[in-house]
Formats: sequence, C-alpha cells, structure tokens
Amino acid sequence: MANLKLTNVEKTYSGSVNVLNNINLDIKTGELIVFVGPSGCGKSTLLRMIAGLESITGGEFTIDGERMNEMPPAQRGIAMVFQSYALYPHMTVRDNMSFALKLAKKTPEEIDAAITKVADTLQLTEYLDRLPKALSGGQRQRVAIGRSIVRDPKVYLFDEPLSNLDAALRVATRIEIAQLKESMPDSTMVYVTHDQVEAMTLATRIVVLANKGIAQVGSPLDLYERPENEFVAQFIGSPAMNLLAGKIVETGDVTQVSVNDGKGVISANVPTTPDLKGSAVNVGIRPEDMVPATGDNYAFESKVEISEALGEVTQVYFERQTPESSPVIAKLQGIHRDVRSQIMRMSAEPAKVHLFAEGKSLLYR
Amino acid sequence: MHPALQAVLTIVIGVGGCVGYFYFSNQFLDKVMFRASGPNAGRNISRANMIRPWLFLFPALAALSVYLAYPVIETLRLSLTERLPGNESRFVGLQNYQNMFNEPKFWEAMRNNMMWLLIVPAFSTMFGLLAAQLSDRVRWGNLAKSLIFMPMAISFVGAAVIWKLVYDARPIDQDQIGVMNAIYLFFGGTEPQNWLTIPGWNNIFLMAVLVWIQTGFAMVILSAALRGIPEETVEAAIVDGANPFQVFFKIKVPQIMGTIVVVWTTITIVVLKVFDIVFAMTNGQWETQVLANYMYDKLFRANDWGIGSASAMIIMLLVSPILVWNVYNARKEMQ
Amino acid sequence: MASIAGTKSSLVWAVHLSLLAMVLLWLFPTAGLLVSSFRTGDQIATSGWWKSLGDSEQNLTLRTGGAAEQAEKDGQFVIEGNLFGEPGEAVISVWGTSSRSISDYQAGDTADLSETEKVTVQANGDYTMINSEAFSGGRGQRIFVTAETPPEFTLKNYNYVLFDPSNREGMAKAFFNTLTVTIPATIIPILVAAFAAYALAWMDFPGRALLIAVVVGLLVVPLQLALIPLLKLHNEIGIGKGYLGAWLAHTGFGLPLAIYLLRNYMVGLPRDIIENAKVDGATDFQIFTKIILPLSFPALASFAIFQFLWTWNDLLVALVFLIDSTGDTTVMTKQIVELLGTRGGNWEILATSAFVSIAVPLMVFFAMQKYLVRGLLAGSVK
Repeated sequence: MANLKLTNVEKTYSGSVNVLNNINLDIKTGELIVFVGPSGCGKSTLLRMIAGLESITGGEFTIDGERMNEMPPAQRGIAMVFQSYALYPHMTVRDNMSFALKLAKKTPEEIDAAITKVADTLQLTEYLDRLPKALSGGQRQRVAIGRSIVRDPKVYLFDEPLSNLDAALRVATRIEIAQLKESMPDSTMVYVTHDQVEAMTLATRIVVLANKGIAQVGSPLDLYERPENEFVAQFIGSPAMNLLAGKIVETGDVTQVSVNDGKGVISANVPTTPDLKGSAVNVGIRPEDMVPATGDNYAFESKVEISEALGEVTQVYFERQTPESSPVIAKLQGIHRDVRSQIMRMSAEPAKVHLFAEGKSLLYR
Repeated sequence: MHPALQAVLTIVIGVGGCVGYFYFSNQFLDKVMFRASGPNAGRNISRANMIRPWLFLFPALAALSVYLAYPVIETLRLSLTERLPGNESRFVGLQNYQNMFNEPKFWEAMRNNMMWLLIVPAFSTMFGLLAAQLSDRVRWGNLAKSLIFMPMAISFVGAAVIWKLVYDARPIDQDQIGVMNAIYLFFGGTEPQNWLTIPGWNNIFLMAVLVWIQTGFAMVILSAALRGIPEETVEAAIVDGANPFQVFFKIKVPQIMGTIVVVWTTITIVVLKVFDIVFAMTNGQWETQVLANYMYDKLFRANDWGIGSASAMIIMLLVSPILVWNVYNARKEMQ
Repeated sequence: MASIAGTKSSLVWAVHLSLLAMVLLWLFPTAGLLVSSFRTGDQIATSGWWKSLGDSEQNLTLRTGGAAEQAEKDGQFVIEGNLFGEPGEAVISVWGTSSRSISDYQAGDTADLSETEKVTVQANGDYTMINSEAFSGGRGQRIFVTAETPPEFTLKNYNYVLFDPSNREGMAKAFFNTLTVTIPATIIPILVAAFAAYALAWMDFPGRALLIAVVVGLLVVPLQLALIPLLKLHNEIGIGKGYLGAWLAHTGFGLPLAIYLLRNYMVGLPRDIIENAKVDGATDFQIFTKIILPLSFPALASFAIFQFLWTWNDLLVALVFLIDSTGDTTVMTKQIVELLGTRGGNWEILATSAFVSIAVPLMVFFAMQKYLVRGLLAGSVK
C-alpha cells in the first residue's frame, strides 16, 4: 500500500540543463501509472528519481506522506525491473532472487519460503539453479520480475521492461504483467514505456510527458477521447490524428468551422463564445473517425494517393497539400477495392471533432 | 660508417626491402606464375590465393623461427652440453642440471623467485584494482591514472636509481637523504638502516619497485574492465540494498574475474623475466639473487654456457603453464 | 554515483582523499629524483630532497673582507660588507669565529676577535669589523655561520652530464646511441608484422589457427632463452656485436607482440569494406596497402609506442648484442648502471643522468598515452 506524491518536482543537471520541471503527480495505492512520451522527454529520469538513482533538484517527493528526497534507494521500499533486466551474470537465478533478502539479513528459512513461492507463481522453479546466460530473454525477464516480487516492496518500478523482447513475446509478456497486477491489487506500480499500446492496455492512468513537463494525466480512454492539447491528441492513437487548418465561422454550442481553404465546412460539439468567431483553429479528426461524406456537407475533398489494404481496415492516404505537410489519413472499415486515385469527400460526426487553438483544446480553455 | 647514417640506411633498406619484397613477390605470383587470364584463369587465381598468405607470412615466420623458435631448441641443446675451450662442446646429459641443483645460489634464486611470484602480481593487481575503482567516477580520475601509470614508461634501471635514493642510508649523525630512513627515524627508529642489505626484507624492498611499476599496468586494464560492467547491475544492487563495499566485492569483482586473471598472469611473466632491477640495485648480493640475474651471471661472467642455459630452461619451465593457458584460451576464443 | 540519493558526502571525500594519497605515494619517488637533479652535490648530501623546497639550514664558512678594504672612520679602522657578497635571502641565526664553536653568537651580536678587534654580524650577513689599530692580513677573518637559506636550484648538473666534454661518462653520446638503436628497431618490425597480421586476420588458409596459437605462445617466451644461441649465430655469420645485431634482435623479439596487436585490431575492421573492395576488383595487395594499413593506424601507433619504450628502456639486449669492450656503442641504460657503480655516492650526477634517460620516454608517454593504453587493452579485457 503506497501513495506517491510529487510536488513541483524539478530536475536540472549541472546547474543549467533543465530536463523536467513543474511535475505534480498524485499516485494512489493500487494504481498502475504509465509514464509515456517521445524519447528524451525525461520519463526514465523521472522514474529513476522516484527510485533514488537520480537526485531530485527541486520540489518534494513523498511516499505515504514521508519525504523521500534524501532517502537512499534501498530504504524507500521500492523494487525496480530494469530494461536490460540487470541480472547478476555470475549468480544463479536463486542467488539473484535472494541477494536483496540476504543483504537485509533475513533467515535462510524466510528466504527459501519467499523464493519458492515466487518461483512457483512465475514458473521459474526448474530454472532456479541456472545462470542467466542459460536462459531465454523471456525467462530472464521473469527472473527480473521475480527478483522484485520476492522483496515485497511498496512500489514496483518498471523501466521499459518489454523493449528488449521480440514482438510476439512482447504481447505475451504484456498480458502476463497485466495478470500479475490483477493478482496484486494493493501494489502500486509505475511503468515507463515509449509504446503507446503498452500504455493504453496496462495503465489505470497514463502520464504523458513532453517539453520538460506533463502534457496530460488521465485514464487511457480519457486521453483518447478528450485530449487536452495537440501533442496528446497526436501521440495517442495510431495513425495519428489529422489536423486540418480552419477558421471558425459560427460559434455557439455547436461550432462550425470552415476547412480546406473554405471549400469545406464541419460541425464540432465544442461550445464556443462569440468572440472566437473568425479565429484560426486546427480541426482534429482521428483517421478512424473519418467517414465518407453524405450529402453536400463535407469537410475535406482530395485524391487518394496510397491505399493500404489491411483486411480489417483500409488505410487511405490522401494527396498532400504541400510537400512538407503530412498526408491526411483515413481508416475505412473493411475492404475497399479500387479507391486509388479516386477523389473522395470525407467528413466526421460532430462529437468526434476536436478543435485546437494555439495547441490547446478549445474544450479546456 | 657513422652510426646515424647506418641507422638511416638500415631503415631505408629494411622498409624498402620489405615493401619491395611484398610488392614484387605479389606481382610475380599474379603475373607470372599464376596468371589471371587465359584458359586456366580460375584455377590460377585460386592457386595464387592459396600461396599468397604464405608470401605475406614468410618474413615474419623467418624472423620468428630464427629469433625465437630456434633459440629455444638451441638453448635446450646447450643445457645438455659442456663448453670446452676453442669453441668446442661436449654432450654431458643432465650433468649441468645436477651441478646447478647443487649450488646454493641456485636455490636461493628459486626461493626468491617464488616469493616474487607470490607477492608482486598479487600486490600489483590489488593496488591496480584499488586505483581503478577510486579513479572511476572522479573528475580528475584521468589525471590520477596518468600519474600512477607513468612509472611504466621509465626503464627498470631508471626505476632502480629512483628507489636507490629512497632507500639511501647516511650515518646517524647526518641528515637522512633517503625518505625511508627519514620516516623510520622520525617514528622512533634508532639507527638508519641499509635497507637493501637486510636479508629477507631486502627482497621485499626490491619487489616494491616492480609493484610500483606494474600497478599502473594493472590499473589501466582493470579500469577498462570496470567500465565494461553493465551499469544496471550496479544500480540493481544499490536498489537491493548493497553498500559500496558489497557492490564492489559481490557484484563488480566477480564480473571482471576473467580480466583479473589475465592481468595476474601477465605480471607473473614479467616477474620471471625481471633482471634489470636486481642487477642494478644489488646484483644478487645479500641473498637477493633471482633466476634471470643468476642466468646472466653464469652466461656472461662465469662464461658457463652449460649451467647458464640450464637456468634459462628452468625459467622457460616456470613460464610454460601460463603459455599453455594462454594458447588454450586463444584457441577457445577462435572456435 | 554522486547523484544517487543518500550518498554521504563523507564517502565522496574519502574516495578523493584515498586517491590523492595513492597518487602522491606513486609520484613521490620520481619527484625525488627530479628535484635532486637540480640540487648541488652538497645540498643533496646534507638534506633530504623534500626539505629543499623550503628553507634549509646550512652551516657555512664565510670570510670577511681583507685589510685592503679597510677604511678609517672616527679614528677607528673599519671593514664593512656582507658575508654573502650581497644581502640575499639567507638569514643567519647563530655564528662563531672558530670552527670549534660555531654558534657562540646570535645574529646582531658583537664578538671580540682580539683586544682591539671586534666584529658584528647581522642576520642578513652584513658585518662590521672595527679595529682601533690598522688591520693587517689580506685574507680577512673566517666567520662560521648557521644560516637558513632559501631553496636554491641549479642547472649545473644537466650542463655537466649533457654537455661537458671532459665528462667521460656523459650522456650525450649514449643518448644518440640509444636513439640509433630505437628508431630502426621500432620501424622495421611494424612492416613485417603488418603483412603477417593481415594474412592471419583476413586470409583463409590451412594452419592459420595453429600459427595464431604459435604467436600467442611466443608472446610468453622469455628472451633470456635466446641470448646465447643468437649471440653465437651473430658471431658465426659475421655480424658480431653492434647495431645491426641489436636491430635484428629487437625486431625478432618484438614480432610476436606486433603480430598479436595488429591482428587483433585488423580482425575488428568491418568486413563489408574489404568485401566491397574485392568486388570492385582490388587485389589482396591493394586492399592491404590502400585500406587495411590506413585503417589500422591506431594499432600501428600503439605498437610503435610500445616498441619504442621497450627498446629505449632495454638493458639486456644492449648488453648482449650491442655493447662491446670499447664502450663506443653504449646506451643510456648501461651508462646508468655504470654510474651506479662508479658514482654511487654522487647523487647529483646519478639523478641527473637517470633523469635524462627517462625524459624522452616520459615525453612520449604523456604525448601518446591514449595509444599506449589502447594497445594494452587489445585482447586483455575479457
């Protein structure tokens, strides 16, 4: 049981290089929080600050109300699974798992009991006397996790644990981690990944980190359905949300925006005030929400350049407006043959249209 | 001819000769013997390629055979003969070895060499490991490593002079100019000691010179090994609750054990060959004789090639286990 | 490590201090030699070199001026001056007028030399001799002083060791001889070894593994084994003792290491580049000269440094293959050994000569340390 709280936490290297600031986070017992973001956003650094492997330059970090900034890692009640598993190569699986317990001066009986139980849960019993080099990647991963569980910590920290596995193993192990969390409802877990699928499937809440700070915190579906800014909107969901330049023509409970250089118009369920009339906005529509327009109202008309038939969906890439801009993408359900080089008119349901001004969602002004 | 001119000429001839040999032999092979054209082109090219490695290897193999392989055999042969006046020699079987084993000086040298073999590699490796770890995360670590490594650039003879000054002794009523005696008197010693003449201890003082030199070597290699340890295993140990000493001895040292062994064996070989230090500082007197010096003594002072060669073979014998070990490892690596 | 939470600063300090202690311990002996080479023989003999960096107390015998310098003042005859010639930084503490009692007087006191003569000596060496009668005797009065003199260094030793033609044990000739031995002995093995290393690294032929094992084995063979057979060989084929013999010996002894280092490095070169060149039509020889050699430069440099230091610092090979009874071809290491015997007591000569012999290796070391380290690491880190 552990509540973690980060208040105004900041990380600066050598007095001048600031990588994180204004980090405020309240993690409750039993949550599985995922830090996600592009590489270099500081998610691993933040995790390591929680672990105590990096110092906290400013702000306060507490666990259950107790200040942890100066506490050495071993006394924070945490256990960490490293990206490369960090198994001690010269020790057997059994010794790897019992190392921390021996340091904590537990009795041999206690150690034995703990290891037997965890080995059983993770199906490692037959490997207990092997060296890490005699194990496969997946087995090593389980040993790394087992090493953490054996210590019965308050908080589990995972630093991109699936990155070193191949695709199929990654899916299988992801499910195992999810099941593990189910079996430990009172444990708090903090998980770092750059893969948004892992984030969406494992997290109770996701913390999106970007530009040295937190872009948004929320449940996976929160972030999907109600992104607070363009960054999160385009980070979650693949392919990324389309952003079309537009101008507000009608304000009110339902806003009308002209797009496509005035050739198209679309309605959004975003309430706006009259002073916003005429202002420039970016219209965000997810590829999966783009549907062929019915009737005369359409948002977007263009020629299909590339069509990818994936069976379950057909991904359609429209011609770019300019060489530098990204193509507008639509994900059509099912099989659509012969759409290449067709001119199509696309629209979307007002409920699925997002409006962004200066990078921020108009829903959250 | 003026030596400098001779040197320049030798370099020109040596380098030019090498390049010339390689170039022309390759040309000969490719253009004359196995021409890469005509009806047998394919077969010729592959024949040429079979011979070519041997062309490349030939000068080196020749030099190695003459300068290292042949001497081993010849020394073995000499150790079984007795040198007679007029450049003659007579086969005497193991007589030389027997005579040698009867000499107390030989056993003194063997005993001393054993001590050297036990103490010098151990202490050099230990100090090297200590220096490597200490300088690992320190900002001025590279400078520190440079300075500890520096004695390796100095000749053994130079080191002998340096340490002779350290061990110097003056009469009691004068100021001591050797720092060891100065410290000794400062801490309550009654009389300045002639350190290098004290039986037993003097060997330790001679060994100190070699440890001083070889620590830098051990440090450089072990420092690289320490850097190669995955950082995350250290971090995992810290999270597991290990203090710095436990991390060092339980996590780091086991992971570099292979390198420690290499360092240890390499220094062991140097110890067996050490000649200059004993030669310059005590010349084997006061019971400090070692095999390499004993051998030199027999060969060039006593002109006894028989026993001299026998003692050289003993050195070779002592070195053989390491030779076998190294070759074994090299072959294993190449599988 | 310092960024890990909870790291006690006392631990960090302990590390710094222990490292500093170790570095100072390692530097101390060499520093002793260096400092001693700048001191005069007297200084070295009378005080430890670590004291030379501060003021040292010395007992000196100085003289006042003679009768020729006296002047008449107020009816008295006065000789004035400074015992050191000019007031310097020396500070006299006690002094005396006879060699049996050199500390009778403090600085500033006046001593009676006779019924009519008096002398006063100040701390800075100024003295005044007053006589009611005229002084006689041209040589002045001896004054024995105990003075604190500031650190004093000299280049005299270097002058003597390097440049003085009357110095039969001078290092200048040995220096050039050493250079003459070292340079060819460094350059020639490189080329021979490079070709062999390439063959062992990139050419496929039966017996390759065996040859590599042989090279590894030969690395360990002590060169003591080779001395007599090779000396005999050299004598038989007419080379005798001399530079050529030394060059050949050093080449032979240095080849195993050269081949080992170079081969290790060449094996690590990217296969693609070589195969690309073969596809482009290059012959093995061209690949070697145009691709392998330039890319192997770090390894070549490493070995060159190694071999340079090894041959420069060598004693045994020089003793056996080079130096004959004339001593014309003596090298610096041999000179030092000689000096240890003949001038063992003259530390100023010994220290200076030793330092001259190690100066070049030290310079090479500091300039090319990177390559030396890289060479050591080749194949050593498992």
